[in-house]
Amino acid sequence: MDLYEYQAKHLFDVHNVAVTPGEVCTTAEQAREIARKIGGPVVVKAQVKTGGRGKAGGVKLAADPDEAAERARDILGLDIKGHVVSRLLVTEAADIAEEYYISILLDRSNRSFLAMASVEGGVEIEEVAATRPEALIRERVDAIDGMTMELAQRMVVAAKFPVAVQQATAEILVGLWRVMTAEDATLVEVNPLVLTTDGRVLALDGKVTLDGNAHYRHEHHADLVDREGIDPIELRAGELDLNYVKLDGEVGIIGNGAGLVMSTLDVVAYAGEEFGGVRPANFLDIGGGASAAVMSNGLDIVLNDPDVRAVFVNVFGGITSCDAVANGIVAAMGELAARGAQVSKPIVCRIDGNNAEEGRRILTDFGDELVELVDTMDDAARRVAQLAAGPEGK
Amino acid sequence: MSIWLDSKSRILVQGMTGSEGTKHTRRMVASGAEVVAGVTPGKGGTAVDGIPVFGDVATAVEQTGANVCVVFVPPRFAKAAVQESVNAQVPLCVVITEGVPVHDTAAFFQYAQNSGSTRIIGPNCPGIISPGLSNAGIIPADITGRGRIGLVSKSGTLTYQMMYELRDIGFSTCVGIGGDPIIGTTHIDCLDAFEADPETDAIVMIGEIGGDAEERAAAHIAAHINKPVVGYIAGFTAPEGKTMGHAGAIVSGSSGTATAKAEALEAAGVRVGKTPSEAARLMRTIITGS
Repeated sequence: MDLYEYQAKHLFDVHNVAVTPGEVCTTAEQAREIARKIGGPVVVKAQVKTGGRGKAGGVKLAADPDEAAERARDILGLDIKGHVVSRLLVTEAADIAEEYYISILLDRSNRSFLAMASVEGGVEIEEVAATRPEALIRERVDAIDGMTMELAQRMVVAAKFPVAVQQATAEILVGLWRVMTAEDATLVEVNPLVLTTDGRVLALDGKVTLDGNAHYRHEHHADLVDREGIDPIELRAGELDLNYVKLDGEVGIIGNGAGLVMSTLDVVAYAGEEFGGVRPANFLDIGGGASAAVMSNGLDIVLNDPDVRAVFVNVFGGITSCDAVANGIVAAMGELAARGAQVSKPIVCRIDGNNAEEGRRILTDFGDELVELVDTMDDAARRVAQLAAGPEGK
Repeated sequence: MSIWLDSKSRILVQGMTGSEGTKHTRRMVASGAEVVAGVTPGKGGTAVDGIPVFGDVATAVEQTGANVCVVFVPPRFAKAAVQESVNAQVPLCVVITEGVPVHDTAAFFQYAQNSGSTRIIGPNCPGIISPGLSNAGIIPADITGRGRIGLVSKSGTLTYQMMYELRDIGFSTCVGIGGDPIIGTTHIDCLDAFEADPETDAIVMIGEIGGDAEERAAAHIAAHINKPVVGYIAGFTAPEGKTMGHAGAIVSGSSGTATAKAEALEAAGVRVGKTPSEAARLMRTIITGS
């Protein structure tokens, strides 16, 4: 889960990493109040989870509270790369002498962590890495030893930070590791880290990504979830504990196991090319076991998506045998009918694996005309794409 | 022969007394695997279907000669469970548990590396099976039998699908390495082991979006693997920035895409199937010559 700048900086503050003081708000009036409290010039910053805010007009300087309100009015509602601004961060306008870059992130390739530092901050770091790699110092951070003060000091020296800010920057690097471990983050990035004209070293911006697997041990992380940005069907699926992602096509997909479902999306997209570009409408993994209860919740979600024209249920019976899966589909259709749901979309089923013949017999005997059985995954994908396209093609 | 798991494997199940642990212990036993011990802290002295349960791994290993741990404990206990198996110097620890915080995985992986005594497979994986010899995890043993194909996959159900498609040919060993951002055993580890295994003739490698493990495996294949490799990659239609089921399955910006992975594999001489069935057909051609 990616955080907004204001959320990231709040976590920095909690773990004693120095940030520019500020507060988040949603209206121009609130922006005026915050600017009044801070006193002096402020920066009004759009809170969006994308880069390039400055260029898009999402970051503005304001000399006084009235101007802060005016700038807030300009920025609220702005569309920045598809993200509409509804929240603003109003912060003290630091007098910047220099801009640096520091970060720590999960390093999948090396199965540890990676810390980076550069005195060329405030610009896209990928740019620095590509054009002047010697200006970006990278150091492996051992998962057990962590970011020690010794490692941090070595990094700031190697990155040629000015002597006067070396200690403060090293302390912030160690602080970022505190944020990483205490909050179960997979990325903490400060760009820019600034030296102010009055000699302070502060995080002017902040980026944090949290590990969803660790939410169970951080109660406050639930409050950081951004419900505004989530698709309503994804929200509902989340409430039902379903592993669902909304996509932009017409074929509803239900399968068991993340890899098989990803593969199903691909196979449907290939087959759909033949029918005017029919594509998958969602990712939905009902888990290896594919139980009847989860199957009916899944069917409910997918059938109620107005974009869906046909559904593909693709299950491989491994741990659960196919007769249980077929009974699950039958039970799910029964449950949907009992809930009063009007099912009118065709459902193509491919069930294979353990006890497949018995499973297919159960579905054939069920005899629901909307449910169609196809033996292989590739043929089923073709059939469902054809059904979704309709007689005229897409 | 097979890789890492054979008829001499003596399996210890951590979390055997939990519902998943009990269920899959029975399945492993039914498939002919030798399950010699269970471990659940506080439940030492009890038994599951006559298999003794111990309070800690060290005692269980000492009393039963277990040499493979299979971990079914809930995510919050996974780190301690793995560290315990490393401390007992168990050579293979298979972590089935899904939902382990990545900081915990990074820490227990480093812990195992530092000790040098334990290979970790997983977490969030279906385990490893050498059909007809042994079975450590949750891979169904009745899909296929012993043969000469080696299989390595990030995905559980795609592993089963591939085993099913090639069930008449059979497999030497199938390894589900898991779809988390950090995993104990990689595609490359498996490729090397299959290359060295005299009873494996060809290798199927299944990957998915996220990270660069497949690209690295491709470079490794070009330099070090002489046996034929067939590949399959899932996730061509996955949108940028969305986690697709597995914690590690995410395209970030322009990195981790299925297209880049498939291209890297093809450039390394790997035949890549567009669908799992096509990959299976490619492998069938290699093995049977038709």
